[in-house]
Amino acid sequence: MSIEEVENEIIEEFEFFGEDWEAKYEHLIDLGKNLPLIDAALKTEERIIQGCQSRVWLNAEQKEGRIVFTADSDAIITKGMVALMVRVLSNQTPEDIIKANMSFVDKIGLKEHLSPTRANGLVSMINQMKKEALAKLAKS
Amino acid sequence: MKVRSRLTEAEKIIDIGLQFPILKQNINGNPLVYFDNGATTQKPLRVIEAISDYYKTSNSNIHRGVHTLSRRATEEFEQARKTIANYFQIKNDQQLIFTAGTTDSINMVAEGLAKNYLQEGDEIILSTYEHHSNILPWQIWAQENKGKLKVIPLLKDQTLDYGAIEGLISSKTKLIAITQVSNTLGLITDLAKIKALAKKHHLPILVDAAQSAPHMAIDVDKLEVDFFVCSAHKMYGPTGVGILYLSPKWLNELPLARTGGGTIKTVTFEKTDYVEGALRFEPGTPNIAGALGFAEAICFIKEFGMEEIAKHEHELVQYAQKLLKEIPEVIMYGENDNKAAVISFNVRGQHPFDVGTLLDKYGIAVRTGHHCTQPLMQCLNIQGTVRISFAVYNTLAEIDFFSEKLKKVIRMLG
Repeated sequence: MSIEEVENEIIEEFEFFGEDWEAKYEHLIDLGKNLPLIDAALKTEERIIQGCQSRVWLNAEQKEGRIVFTADSDAIITKGMVALMVRVLSNQTPEDIIKANMSFVDKIGLKEHLSPTRANGLVSMINQMKKEALAKLAKS
Repeated sequence: MKVRSRLTEAEKIIDIGLQFPILKQNINGNPLVYFDNGATTQKPLRVIEAISDYYKTSNSNIHRGVHTLSRRATEEFEQARKTIANYFQIKNDQQLIFTAGTTDSINMVAEGLAKNYLQEGDEIILSTYEHHSNILPWQIWAQENKGKLKVIPLLKDQTLDYGAIEGLISSKTKLIAITQVSNTLGLITDLAKIKALAKKHHLPILVDAAQSAPHMAIDVDKLEVDFFVCSAHKMYGPTGVGILYLSPKWLNELPLARTGGGTIKTVTFEKTDYVEGALRFEPGTPNIAGALGFAEAICFIKEFGMEEIAKHEHELVQYAQKLLKEIPEVIMYGENDNKAAVISFNVRGQHPFDVGTLLDKYGIAVRTGHHCTQPLMQCLNIQGTVRISFAVYNTLAEIDFFSEKLKKVIRMLG
Protein backbone atom coordinates (compact mmCIF):
# COMPACT_ATOMS: atom_id res chain seq x y z
CA MET A 1 0.00 0.00 0.00
CA SER A 2 1.14 3.53 -0.67
CA ILE A 3 1.52 6.04 2.16
CA GLU A 4 -1.65 7.74 1.01
CA GLU A 5 -3.61 4.51 1.03
CA VAL A 6 -2.50 3.69 4.56
CA GLU A 7 -3.34 7.22 5.67
CA ASN A 8 -6.83 6.93 4.20
CA GLU A 9 -7.31 3.61 5.88
CA ILE A 10 -6.44 5.15 9.26
CA ILE A 11 -8.69 8.15 8.65
CA GLU A 12 -11.57 5.82 7.88
CA GLU A 13 -10.85 3.77 10.96
CA PHE A 14 -10.98 6.87 13.19
CA GLU A 15 -14.06 8.34 11.52
CA PHE A 16 -15.98 5.59 13.23
CA PHE A 17 -15.47 7.32 16.61
CA GLY A 18 -16.85 10.68 15.48
CA GLU A 19 -16.72 13.19 18.35
CA ASP A 20 -16.35 10.51 21.02
CA TRP A 21 -12.82 11.27 22.20
CA GLU A 22 -12.94 8.65 24.93
CA ALA A 23 -13.55 5.88 22.41
CA LYS A 24 -10.86 7.33 20.16
CA TYR A 25 -8.30 7.34 22.96
CA GLU A 26 -9.30 3.86 24.04
CA HIS A 27 -8.56 2.75 20.48
CA LEU A 28 -5.23 4.58 20.52
CA ILE A 29 -4.36 2.90 23.82
CA ASP A 30 -5.29 -0.47 22.31
CA LEU A 31 -3.04 0.20 19.32
CA GLY A 32 -0.24 0.91 21.76
CA LYS A 33 -0.92 -2.23 23.76
CA ASN A 34 -1.43 -4.72 20.98
CA LEU A 35 1.49 -4.09 18.72
CA PRO A 36 4.84 -5.61 19.48
CA LEU A 37 6.72 -2.72 17.95
CA ILE A 38 10.38 -3.38 18.45
CA ASP A 39 12.69 -6.20 19.39
CA ALA A 40 13.59 -5.81 23.08
CA ALA A 41 17.29 -6.13 22.20
CA LEU A 42 16.98 -3.02 20.04
CA LYS A 43 15.78 -0.84 22.91
CA THR A 44 19.25 0.55 23.48
CA GLU A 45 20.50 3.95 24.56
CA GLU A 46 21.51 4.89 20.98
CA ARG A 47 18.00 4.26 19.73
CA ILE A 48 16.30 6.48 22.32
CA ILE A 49 14.66 9.68 21.12
CA GLN A 50 14.43 11.59 24.36
CA GLY A 51 11.22 13.54 24.76
CA CYS A 52 10.94 15.74 27.79
CA GLN A 53 8.61 13.19 29.39
CA SER A 54 7.99 10.02 27.43
CA ARG A 55 10.76 8.26 25.52
CA VAL A 56 10.65 6.74 22.07
CA TRP A 57 12.92 4.03 20.63
CA LEU A 58 13.30 3.86 16.87
CA ASN A 59 15.06 1.29 14.71
CA ALA A 60 15.41 1.44 10.92
CA GLU A 61 16.35 -1.46 8.62
CA GLN A 62 16.50 -1.71 4.86
CA LYS A 63 14.67 -4.32 2.85
CA GLU A 64 14.69 -4.37 -0.94
CA GLY A 65 14.92 -0.61 -1.38
CA ARG A 66 12.41 0.10 1.35
CA ILE A 67 12.89 1.14 4.96
CA VAL A 68 11.35 -0.92 7.72
CA PHE A 69 10.82 0.93 10.97
CA THR A 70 10.19 -0.58 14.37
CA ALA A 71 9.65 1.59 17.39
CA ASP A 72 8.38 1.74 20.95
CA SER A 73 7.56 4.18 23.75
CA ASP A 74 7.31 3.95 27.52
CA ALA A 75 4.01 5.92 27.54
CA ILE A 76 1.02 4.08 26.12
CA ILE A 77 -0.62 7.02 24.34
CA THR A 78 2.69 7.94 22.75
CA LYS A 79 3.10 4.29 21.81
CA GLY A 80 -0.30 4.37 20.13
CA MET A 81 0.81 7.38 18.13
CA VAL A 82 4.11 5.68 17.34
CA ALA A 83 2.16 2.67 16.06
CA LEU A 84 0.31 4.95 13.63
CA MET A 85 3.53 6.59 12.38
CA VAL A 86 5.18 3.23 11.86
CA ARG A 87 2.12 1.90 10.05
CA VAL A 88 2.25 4.84 7.63
CA LEU A 89 6.00 5.18 7.04
CA SER A 90 7.36 1.67 7.41
CA ASN A 91 7.99 -0.48 4.36
CA GLN A 92 7.95 2.55 2.05
CA THR A 93 10.61 3.91 -0.30
CA PRO A 94 12.93 6.64 0.96
CA GLU A 95 11.52 9.06 -1.66
CA ASP A 96 7.98 8.61 -0.39
CA ILE A 97 9.01 8.80 3.27
CA ILE A 98 10.70 12.15 2.71
CA LYS A 99 7.64 13.51 0.91
CA ALA A 100 5.12 12.34 3.53
CA ASN A 101 3.48 15.26 5.35
CA MET A 102 1.58 13.21 7.92
CA SER A 103 -1.52 15.34 7.48
CA PHE A 104 -3.67 12.37 8.50
CA VAL A 105 -2.80 13.15 12.12
CA ASP A 106 -4.75 16.40 11.85
CA LYS A 107 -7.62 14.65 10.09
CA ILE A 108 -8.06 12.11 12.87
CA GLY A 109 -7.99 14.90 15.49
CA LEU A 110 -4.73 13.97 17.16
CA LYS A 111 -2.61 16.87 15.95
CA GLU A 112 -2.03 18.08 19.51
CA HIS A 113 0.39 15.18 19.93
CA LEU A 114 2.67 16.67 17.29
CA SER A 115 2.92 20.04 19.03
CA PRO A 116 6.47 21.32 19.37
CA THR A 117 6.59 21.10 23.18
CA ARG A 118 8.92 18.12 22.77
CA ALA A 119 7.08 16.48 25.65
CA ASN A 120 6.57 13.16 23.91
CA GLY A 121 9.40 12.97 21.37
CA LEU A 122 7.05 12.26 18.44
CA VAL A 123 8.14 15.21 16.31
CA SER A 124 11.75 14.20 16.81
CA MET A 125 10.83 10.66 15.84
CA ILE A 126 9.32 11.73 12.52
CA ASN A 127 12.40 13.88 11.86
CA GLN A 128 14.57 10.88 12.62
CA MET A 129 12.54 8.67 10.25
CA LYS A 130 13.04 11.22 7.47
CA LYS A 131 16.75 11.45 8.24
CA GLU A 132 17.04 7.69 7.87
CA ALA A 133 15.34 7.96 4.49
CA LEU A 134 17.66 10.80 3.42
CA ALA A 135 20.71 8.83 4.50
CA LYS A 136 19.54 5.87 2.48
CA LEU A 137 19.02 8.06 -0.60
CA ALA A 138 22.45 9.62 -0.22
CA LYS A 139 24.03 6.16 -0.22
CA SER A 140 22.19 4.85 -3.27
CA MET B 1 -14.04 39.67 48.57
CA LYS B 2 -12.37 37.71 51.34
CA VAL B 3 -12.33 33.96 51.38
CA ARG B 4 -13.60 33.35 54.88
CA SER B 5 -14.80 30.03 56.07
CA ARG B 6 -18.26 31.53 56.49
CA LEU B 7 -18.49 31.90 52.71
CA THR B 8 -20.07 28.87 51.14
CA GLU B 9 -18.16 26.92 48.55
CA ALA B 10 -20.45 28.33 45.83
CA GLU B 11 -19.92 31.92 46.93
CA LYS B 12 -16.18 31.45 46.83
CA ILE B 13 -16.34 30.19 43.27
CA ILE B 14 -18.50 33.10 42.05
CA ASP B 15 -16.27 35.64 43.72
CA ILE B 16 -13.06 34.05 42.44
CA GLY B 17 -14.47 33.67 38.94
CA LEU B 18 -14.85 37.43 38.71
CA GLN B 19 -11.33 38.05 39.84
CA PHE B 20 -9.62 35.45 37.64
CA PRO B 21 -11.11 35.80 34.17
CA ILE B 22 -8.92 33.03 32.72
CA LEU B 23 -10.52 30.44 34.98
CA LYS B 24 -13.94 31.00 33.45
CA GLN B 25 -13.43 28.97 30.32
CA ASN B 26 -14.03 25.50 29.01
CA ILE B 27 -11.18 23.23 27.98
CA ASN B 28 -12.14 20.33 25.73
CA GLY B 29 -15.78 20.98 26.62
CA ASN B 30 -15.28 20.91 30.38
CA PRO B 31 -14.87 23.80 32.84
CA LEU B 32 -11.16 24.40 33.36
CA VAL B 33 -9.79 22.93 36.58
CA TYR B 34 -6.40 24.49 37.04
CA PHE B 35 -4.20 22.33 39.28
CA ASP B 36 -0.81 23.46 37.94
CA ASN B 37 -0.23 26.32 40.36
CA GLY B 38 3.20 25.05 41.35
CA ALA B 39 4.31 25.90 37.81
CA THR B 40 2.58 29.27 37.78
CA THR B 41 -0.59 30.69 39.31
CA GLN B 42 -3.25 32.58 37.41
CA LYS B 43 -3.40 36.36 37.78
CA PRO B 44 -6.26 38.32 39.32
CA LEU B 45 -7.77 41.11 37.25
CA ARG B 46 -6.25 43.77 39.51
CA VAL B 47 -2.73 42.53 38.71
CA ILE B 48 -3.47 42.50 34.98
CA GLU B 49 -4.90 46.01 35.28
CA ALA B 50 -1.99 47.34 37.35
CA ILE B 51 0.34 46.30 34.53
CA SER B 52 -1.79 47.77 31.75
CA ASP B 53 -2.46 50.95 33.80
CA TYR B 54 1.25 51.48 34.16
CA TYR B 55 1.71 51.40 30.39
CA LYS B 56 -1.35 53.57 29.89
CA THR B 57 -0.48 56.28 32.39
CA SER B 58 3.04 56.15 33.83
CA ASN B 59 5.40 54.37 31.43
CA SER B 60 8.77 56.05 31.48
CA ASN B 61 12.31 55.12 32.39
CA ILE B 62 13.05 55.27 36.08
CA HIS B 63 15.76 56.80 38.25
CA ARG B 64 16.91 59.04 35.43
CA GLY B 65 14.49 61.60 34.02
CA VAL B 66 13.58 64.99 35.45
CA HIS B 67 10.20 64.94 33.79
CA THR B 68 6.92 64.20 35.53
CA LEU B 69 6.31 60.78 34.03
CA SER B 70 9.75 59.57 34.94
CA ARG B 71 9.31 60.79 38.50
CA ARG B 72 5.91 59.12 38.69
CA ALA B 73 7.25 55.80 37.35
CA THR B 74 10.21 55.96 39.74
CA GLU B 75 7.91 56.59 42.69
CA GLU B 76 5.63 53.72 41.74
CA PHE B 77 8.59 51.36 41.26
CA GLU B 78 10.12 52.29 44.63
CA GLN B 79 6.70 52.05 46.25
CA ALA B 80 6.42 48.52 44.84
CA ARG B 81 9.76 47.68 46.50
CA LYS B 82 8.41 49.02 49.80
CA THR B 83 5.13 47.11 49.51
CA ILE B 84 6.90 43.81 48.85
CA ALA B 85 9.58 44.44 51.51
CA ASN B 86 6.88 45.30 54.00
CA TYR B 87 4.95 42.11 53.22
CA PHE B 88 8.05 39.98 53.83
CA GLN B 89 8.84 41.99 56.98
CA ILE B 90 12.08 43.32 55.55
CA LYS B 91 12.63 46.62 57.40
CA ASN B 92 15.28 48.02 55.08
CA ASP B 93 13.75 47.86 51.61
CA GLN B 94 17.20 48.36 50.07
CA GLN B 95 17.90 44.74 50.95
CA LEU B 96 15.26 43.73 48.40
CA ILE B 97 16.55 43.57 44.83
CA PHE B 98 14.31 43.10 41.83
CA THR B 99 15.44 40.27 39.55
CA ALA B 100 13.90 38.31 36.68
CA GLY B 101 12.80 35.59 39.12
CA THR B 102 14.11 32.88 41.41
CA THR B 103 16.41 31.34 38.81
CA ASP B 104 17.92 34.73 38.02
CA SER B 105 18.37 35.51 41.74
CA ILE B 106 20.22 32.25 42.42
CA ASN B 107 22.46 32.78 39.41
CA MET B 108 23.30 36.29 40.62
CA VAL B 109 24.31 34.96 44.03
CA ALA B 110 26.31 32.09 42.55
CA GLU B 111 28.16 34.32 40.09
CA GLY B 112 28.77 36.92 42.79
CA LEU B 113 30.06 34.44 45.38
CA ALA B 114 32.29 32.80 42.76
CA LYS B 115 34.19 36.07 42.36
CA ASN B 116 35.86 36.23 45.76
CA TYR B 117 34.07 34.14 48.36
CA LEU B 118 34.11 30.60 47.00
CA GLN B 119 37.62 29.18 46.61
CA GLU B 120 38.94 26.25 44.63
CA GLY B 121 37.98 22.93 46.24
CA ASP B 122 35.21 24.42 48.42
CA GLU B 123 31.99 22.59 49.14
CA ILE B 124 28.32 23.58 49.02
CA ILE B 125 25.49 21.74 50.74
CA LEU B 126 22.20 21.26 48.90
CA SER B 127 19.25 18.95 49.53
CA THR B 128 17.81 16.10 47.49
CA TYR B 129 14.69 18.26 46.98
CA GLU B 130 16.42 20.95 44.96
CA HIS B 131 14.97 22.24 41.72
CA HIS B 132 17.50 22.26 38.87
CA SER B 133 17.64 26.05 39.29
CA ASN B 134 19.24 25.59 42.69
CA ILE B 135 21.64 22.91 41.44
CA LEU B 136 22.98 24.02 38.06
CA PRO B 137 24.45 27.43 39.05
CA TRP B 138 26.40 25.71 41.85
CA GLN B 139 27.33 22.72 39.69
CA ILE B 140 28.83 25.01 37.04
CA TRP B 141 30.87 26.76 39.70
CA ALA B 142 31.95 23.38 41.12
CA GLN B 143 33.00 22.02 37.73
CA GLU B 144 35.11 25.07 37.02
CA ASN B 145 36.70 25.21 40.46
CA LYS B 146 37.18 21.59 41.56
CA GLY B 147 34.34 22.23 44.00
CA LYS B 148 31.94 19.71 45.41
CA LEU B 149 28.20 19.62 45.98
CA LYS B 150 27.15 17.63 49.03
CA VAL B 151 23.56 16.54 49.23
CA ILE B 152 21.27 16.12 52.25
CA PRO B 153 19.65 12.69 51.76
CA LEU B 154 16.02 11.68 52.26
CA LEU B 155 14.55 9.52 54.98
CA LYS B 156 12.07 6.77 54.18
CA ASP B 157 9.09 9.11 54.56
CA GLN B 158 10.77 11.43 52.04
CA THR B 159 11.49 14.14 54.60
CA LEU B 160 15.08 15.38 54.78
CA ASP B 161 17.57 13.51 56.94
CA TYR B 162 18.63 16.43 59.15
CA GLY B 163 20.76 14.10 61.24
CA ALA B 164 23.03 13.54 58.25
CA ILE B 165 23.88 17.21 57.71
CA GLU B 166 26.54 17.47 60.38
CA GLY B 167 28.45 14.69 58.64
CA LEU B 168 28.36 16.58 55.33
CA ILE B 169 29.94 19.71 56.79
CA SER B 170 33.72 20.02 56.57
CA SER B 171 36.26 22.81 56.83
CA LYS B 172 35.73 23.31 53.08
CA THR B 173 31.96 23.91 53.38
CA LYS B 174 31.08 27.46 52.39
CA LEU B 175 27.32 27.61 51.89
CA ILE B 176 24.01 25.84 52.44
CA ALA B 177 21.60 26.45 49.55
CA ILE B 178 18.22 24.90 50.24
CA THR B 179 14.61 25.06 49.20
CA GLN B 180 11.98 25.89 51.80
CA VAL B 181 9.35 23.71 50.09
CA SER B 182 9.93 20.83 47.67
CA ASN B 183 8.29 21.81 44.37
CA THR B 184 7.67 18.14 43.62
CA LEU B 185 6.52 16.79 46.99
CA GLY B 186 5.26 19.90 48.80
CA LEU B 187 7.22 18.86 51.90
CA ILE B 188 8.48 21.71 54.06
CA THR B 189 12.14 22.06 55.04
CA ASP B 190 12.77 22.59 58.75
CA LEU B 191 14.78 25.79 58.41
CA ALA B 192 15.24 26.09 62.17
CA LYS B 193 17.34 22.91 62.14
CA ILE B 194 19.33 24.09 59.12
CA LYS B 195 19.92 27.47 60.73
CA ALA B 196 21.15 25.98 63.99
CA LEU B 197 23.77 23.98 62.10
CA ALA B 198 24.71 26.92 59.91
CA LYS B 199 25.16 29.11 62.95
CA LYS B 200 27.33 26.54 64.69
CA HIS B 201 29.61 26.27 61.64
CA HIS B 202 29.36 29.94 60.56
CA LEU B 203 27.86 29.07 57.19
CA PRO B 204 25.72 31.40 55.11
CA ILE B 205 22.33 30.11 53.94
CA LEU B 206 20.45 30.67 50.72
CA VAL B 207 16.71 29.93 50.93
CA ASP B 208 14.84 29.15 47.72
CA ALA B 209 11.32 30.31 48.56
CA ALA B 210 9.84 29.91 45.07
CA GLN B 211 7.41 27.26 46.36
CA SER B 212 6.99 28.43 49.96
CA ALA B 213 6.21 32.13 49.52
CA PRO B 214 2.94 31.35 47.65
CA HIS B 215 1.67 29.19 50.52
CA MET B 216 2.87 30.63 53.83
CA ALA B 217 3.57 33.91 55.59
CA ILE B 218 7.33 34.48 55.89
CA ASP B 219 9.05 37.02 58.10
CA VAL B 220 12.35 37.34 56.27
CA ASP B 221 14.12 39.58 58.81
CA LYS B 222 13.29 37.09 61.55
CA LEU B 223 14.37 34.19 59.35
CA GLU B 224 17.90 35.61 59.59
CA VAL B 225 19.27 34.00 56.48
CA ASP B 226 21.81 35.44 54.06
CA PHE B 227 19.93 35.10 50.78
CA PHE B 228 16.21 34.68 50.22
CA VAL B 229 14.77 34.37 46.70
CA CYS B 230 11.33 33.92 45.16
CA SER B 231 9.27 34.60 42.01
CA ALA B 232 6.18 36.77 41.50
CA HIS B 233 4.49 34.48 39.01
CA LYS B 234 3.98 31.64 41.46
CA MET B 235 2.12 34.01 43.81
CA TYR B 236 -0.48 35.65 41.54
CA GLY B 237 2.00 38.11 40.01
CA PRO B 238 3.43 38.41 36.51
CA THR B 239 6.18 36.29 34.96
CA GLY B 240 9.73 37.60 34.56
CA VAL B 241 10.06 39.28 37.95
CA GLY B 242 11.22 38.11 41.36
CA ILE B 243 13.28 39.16 44.30
CA LEU B 244 16.68 38.62 45.84
CA TYR B 245 16.92 39.53 49.51
CA LEU B 246 20.43 40.15 50.80
CA SER B 247 21.33 40.27 54.48
CA PRO B 248 23.00 43.55 55.55
CA LYS B 249 26.42 41.86 55.35
CA TRP B 250 25.93 40.64 51.77
CA LEU B 251 24.29 43.85 50.64
CA ASN B 252 27.73 45.37 51.19
CA GLU B 253 29.89 42.40 50.30
CA LEU B 254 28.29 40.41 47.47
CA PRO B 255 30.38 41.07 44.35
CA LEU B 256 28.36 42.28 41.37
CA ALA B 257 27.54 39.56 38.88
CA ARG B 258 26.56 42.17 36.30
CA THR B 259 26.81 45.89 35.94
CA GLY B 260 25.55 48.68 33.75
CA GLY B 261 23.46 51.82 33.61
CA GLY B 262 21.73 53.09 36.73
CA THR B 263 24.12 51.49 39.22
CA ILE B 264 26.78 54.18 39.48
CA LYS B 265 27.77 57.51 41.02
CA THR B 266 30.67 58.32 38.67
CA VAL B 267 32.27 56.46 35.80
CA THR B 268 35.59 57.04 34.04
CA PHE B 269 37.18 54.60 31.65
CA GLU B 270 39.50 53.58 34.48
CA LYS B 271 37.18 53.26 37.43
CA THR B 272 33.59 53.39 38.69
CA ASP B 273 31.99 54.44 41.97
CA TYR B 274 28.78 52.51 42.52
CA VAL B 275 25.69 53.67 44.34
CA GLU B 276 24.79 51.91 47.56
CA GLY B 277 21.78 49.72 48.19
CA ALA B 278 19.53 47.81 45.87
CA LEU B 279 20.13 49.87 42.74
CA ARG B 280 23.73 48.68 42.61
CA PHE B 281 22.37 45.22 41.75
CA GLU B 282 19.78 46.40 39.20
CA PRO B 283 21.68 47.48 36.09
CA GLY B 284 19.76 48.47 32.99
CA THR B 285 16.06 49.21 32.78
CA PRO B 286 14.30 46.77 35.09
CA ASN B 287 10.95 45.06 34.59
CA ILE B 288 9.05 48.08 35.92
CA ALA B 289 5.57 46.87 35.00
CA GLY B 290 6.49 43.48 36.48
CA ALA B 291 7.52 45.03 39.79
CA LEU B 292 4.24 46.97 39.92
CA GLY B 293 2.28 43.82 39.06
CA PHE B 294 4.14 41.92 41.79
CA ALA B 295 3.28 44.61 44.36
CA GLU B 296 -0.37 44.42 43.29
CA ALA B 297 -0.29 40.64 43.71
CA ILE B 298 1.05 41.18 47.22
CA CYS B 299 -1.89 43.53 47.92
CA PHE B 300 -4.22 40.81 46.66
CA ILE B 301 -2.64 38.28 49.03
CA LYS B 302 -2.79 40.74 51.93
CA GLU B 303 -6.48 41.38 51.39
CA PHE B 304 -7.24 37.69 51.69
CA GLY B 305 -4.66 37.24 54.41
CA MET B 306 -1.96 34.61 53.87
CA GLU B 307 -3.23 32.79 56.96
CA GLU B 308 -6.62 32.39 55.29
CA ILE B 309 -5.08 31.25 52.02
CA ALA B 310 -2.92 28.71 53.86
CA LYS B 311 -5.93 27.44 55.79
CA HIS B 312 -7.97 27.04 52.62
CA GLU B 313 -5.13 25.27 50.80
CA HIS B 314 -4.52 23.01 53.78
CA GLU B 315 -8.14 21.90 53.61
CA LEU B 316 -7.74 21.18 49.89
CA VAL B 317 -4.55 19.17 50.42
CA GLN B 318 -6.05 17.11 53.24
CA TYR B 319 -9.11 16.35 51.14
CA ALA B 320 -7.16 15.50 47.99
CA GLN B 321 -4.79 13.21 49.91
CA LYS B 322 -7.79 11.48 51.47
CA LEU B 323 -9.48 10.88 48.10
CA LEU B 324 -6.25 9.75 46.44
CA LYS B 325 -5.64 7.27 49.25
CA GLU B 326 -9.00 5.67 48.51
CA ILE B 327 -7.88 4.79 44.96
CA PRO B 328 -5.92 1.51 45.21
CA GLU B 329 -3.88 2.10 42.01
CA VAL B 330 -2.50 5.43 43.27
CA ILE B 331 0.97 5.70 44.78
CA MET B 332 1.45 9.01 46.61
CA TYR B 333 4.86 10.53 47.32
CA GLY B 334 5.66 12.68 50.32
CA GLU B 335 2.26 12.20 51.88
CA ASN B 336 2.17 14.34 54.99
CA ASP B 337 -0.29 16.26 57.15
CA ASN B 338 1.93 19.29 57.27
CA LYS B 339 2.78 20.28 53.72
CA ALA B 340 2.37 23.03 51.16
CA ALA B 341 -0.39 22.73 48.55
CA VAL B 342 1.51 20.29 46.33
CA ILE B 343 0.82 16.56 45.86
CA SER B 344 2.78 14.15 43.67
CA PHE B 345 1.49 10.72 42.74
CA ASN B 346 1.62 7.98 40.14
CA VAL B 347 -0.83 5.41 38.91
CA ARG B 348 0.65 1.96 39.33
CA GLY B 349 1.99 0.66 36.02
CA GLN B 350 1.10 3.80 34.08
CA HIS B 351 3.26 6.59 32.70
CA PRO B 352 2.49 10.02 34.25
CA PHE B 353 2.41 11.46 30.73
CA ASP B 354 -0.59 9.26 29.84
CA VAL B 355 -2.44 10.18 33.03
CA GLY B 356 -1.83 13.90 32.42
CA THR B 357 -2.83 13.70 28.76
CA LEU B 358 -6.16 12.08 29.56
CA LEU B 359 -6.92 14.40 32.52
CA ASP B 360 -6.39 17.32 30.16
CA LYS B 361 -9.12 15.91 27.95
CA TYR B 362 -11.46 16.48 30.91
CA GLY B 363 -10.22 20.06 31.29
CA ILE B 364 -7.99 19.29 34.29
CA ALA B 365 -4.56 20.91 34.08
CA VAL B 366 -1.88 18.97 35.97
CA ARG B 367 1.86 18.82 35.67
CA THR B 368 3.58 15.59 34.71
CA GLY B 369 7.22 14.61 34.44
CA HIS B 370 10.28 15.20 36.58
CA HIS B 371 9.34 18.77 37.61
CA CYS B 372 12.94 19.95 37.09
CA THR B 373 14.01 17.69 39.97
CA GLN B 374 15.69 14.79 38.19
CA PRO B 375 18.03 13.98 41.11
CA LEU B 376 14.98 13.63 43.38
CA MET B 377 13.35 11.35 40.77
CA GLN B 378 16.53 9.23 40.69
CA CYS B 379 16.44 9.03 44.48
CA LEU B 380 12.80 7.84 44.41
CA ASN B 381 13.70 5.57 41.49
CA ILE B 382 10.94 6.85 39.23
CA GLN B 383 10.81 8.59 35.83
CA GLY B 384 8.33 11.21 36.94
CA THR B 385 5.07 11.89 38.72
CA VAL B 386 1.72 13.54 38.22
CA ARG B 387 1.65 16.71 40.30
CA ILE B 388 -1.41 18.63 41.42
CA SER B 389 -0.86 21.94 43.19
CA PHE B 390 -3.48 24.31 44.56
CA ALA B 391 -4.06 28.03 44.93
CA VAL B 392 -6.62 30.23 46.62
CA TYR B 393 -9.20 29.80 43.85
CA ASN B 394 -9.33 25.99 43.86
CA THR B 395 -12.28 24.26 45.51
CA LEU B 396 -13.25 21.00 47.15
CA ALA B 397 -15.74 20.47 44.32
CA GLU B 398 -12.88 20.59 41.80
CA ILE B 399 -11.06 17.92 43.78
CA ASP B 400 -14.19 15.74 43.68
CA PHE B 401 -14.36 16.19 39.90
CA PHE B 402 -10.65 15.43 39.57
CA SER B 403 -10.90 12.28 41.67
CA GLU B 404 -13.88 11.02 39.69
CA LYS B 405 -12.10 11.64 36.36
CA LEU B 406 -8.85 10.15 37.61
CA LYS B 407 -10.71 6.90 38.32
CA LYS B 408 -12.11 7.02 34.81
CA VAL B 409 -8.62 7.58 33.37
CA ILE B 410 -7.27 4.63 35.35
CA ARG B 411 -10.01 2.44 33.85
CA MET B 412 -9.21 3.70 30.35
CA LEU B 413 -5.51 2.95 30.73
CA GLY B 414 -6.38 -0.32 32.53
